[in-house]
Amino acid sequence: MPSSQSRSMPSPVTLSVNGSPVAVPAGATVAVAVAMAGKACRTSVSGEPRGPLCGMGICFECRVSINGRRHCRSCQIVCEPGMEVKTEVKANG
Amino acid sequence: MSSTAYEVVIVGAGIVGAACADEFALRGMRVAVVDRDVVGSGATAAGMGHIVVMDDSEAQFALTRYSQRLWQALRPELPADVEYEQCGTIWVAADEEEMAEVQRKHGYYTRLGVPTTVLDSQALKRLEPNLRAGLAGGLLVPEDAVLYPPCAARFMMERAHKSGTQLVSGSVAEIGQGRVRMSEGIEIAGEIIVNAAGAWSSELTPGIEIKKRKGHLVITDRYPGFLRHQLVELGYLKSAHSVSSDSVAFNVQPRRTGQILIGSSRQYGAEQKDVDHDILRRMLQRAQEYMPGLGSMSAVRTWTGFRAATPDKLPLIGPCPGDTSLFLATGHEGLGITTSLATARILVDGITDAKAEIPIEPYLPSRGWKESVHA
Repeated sequence: MPSSQSRSMPSPVTLSVNGSPVAVPAGATVAVAVAMAGKACRTSVSGEPRGPLCGMGICFECRVSINGRRHCRSCQIVCEPGMEVKTEVKANG
Repeated sequence: MSSTAYEVVIVGAGIVGAACADEFALRGMRVAVVDRDVVGSGATAAGMGHIVVMDDSEAQFALTRYSQRLWQALRPELPADVEYEQCGTIWVAADEEEMAEVQRKHGYYTRLGVPTTVLDSQALKRLEPNLRAGLAGGLLVPEDAVLYPPCAARFMMERAHKSGTQLVSGSVAEIGQGRVRMSEGIEIAGEIIVNAAGAWSSELTPGIEIKKRKGHLVITDRYPGFLRHQLVELGYLKSAHSVSSDSVAFNVQPRRTGQILIGSSRQYGAEQKDVDHDILRRMLQRAQEYMPGLGSMSAVRTWTGFRAATPDKLPLIGPCPGDTSLFLATGHEGLGITTSLATARILVDGITDAKAEIPIEPYLPSRGWKESVHA
């Protein structure tokens, strides 16, 4: 993986994941914010944790709720300041 | 050939055929069921699975209510995967004209012993907060239920199988005169042949007036709590009765998973299975007019199916004129899941000379039979 340390980091974006603030580099996807918060994106019907598998919007394993809208693919959505992200942890979720 | 001789051979392993097999088997008869596909794979798998009392006519009311009671009696025996949920139906009234229909329906159901509750605008909003504001009200029918039809059909076939019913896989070329001839040429003999082939039944029994009426459905991802009852617009009465043109109506159903089934559409003369994107768009627009929140949901699958429609909106149950061995159990249009159990009961009652619990005359195939056609 190429190092990004030589480039200047853009100013961070702060959003909330399950109510806790998380700061991510501008341009990061919501999947990054969820990972930085140490959470699984969702829980499968059989109760297993799920997170980004394909990273390109095909597998639907990285779904989270964003600003109250459920089943958003976190790997395809760029973080915005103040976004409220909730992981989908309930069975049947 | 004695090895292939049955008392009853049923063509079609949809929910109607399965219910008939179960009923014949319960009364100790030797039964075979023939289908070209797996159990419950036609309209049974394509439809919503609504156990609903309807009152387009007295005969329709009698059959749907009788059948609903049979479902209620069967409920303790149904496996969990049948997902029987008594969520109730709400008939949604958009305006005062439709509220008048709510009152009429309430009066009719009350007279005939079906509990209902009239909902004003606020009460409707409390029960279903995701309906748009400004609707006039509705009628709650709490004994209506939903289930997952393919598993219900499988349950009935398995139960029939335990009583000795055989399931035969293959395409049927011809039926009648005490036998079912398969496409490969094999013949299965039966004293009684039952055509339960749904939208395809008129191909096997020319002369019966069954037309394919195409429908579309959409199922969403899981949104638990968004929808609690089966909701049907009362404008549906206007559109579903329009026999000539394509129509859509708001009709949504909550599944146990939190998924939402979104319907409905009705089209005659559309014989291809393909999704028709124009009618799908109209159907989803109609749904969003009632529940705007549906518009931001993810749909996971869209499909079509064919209802077996008759001209008078009643099924054909009983002996087929012109062939003493042939019986019909078809033409249930959009109510086959509801009326499958009653269909099986009254068909087998008629054949075994038992007294049926409801008058069977309105469903007899001999009504409106075209003598000139079946010759």
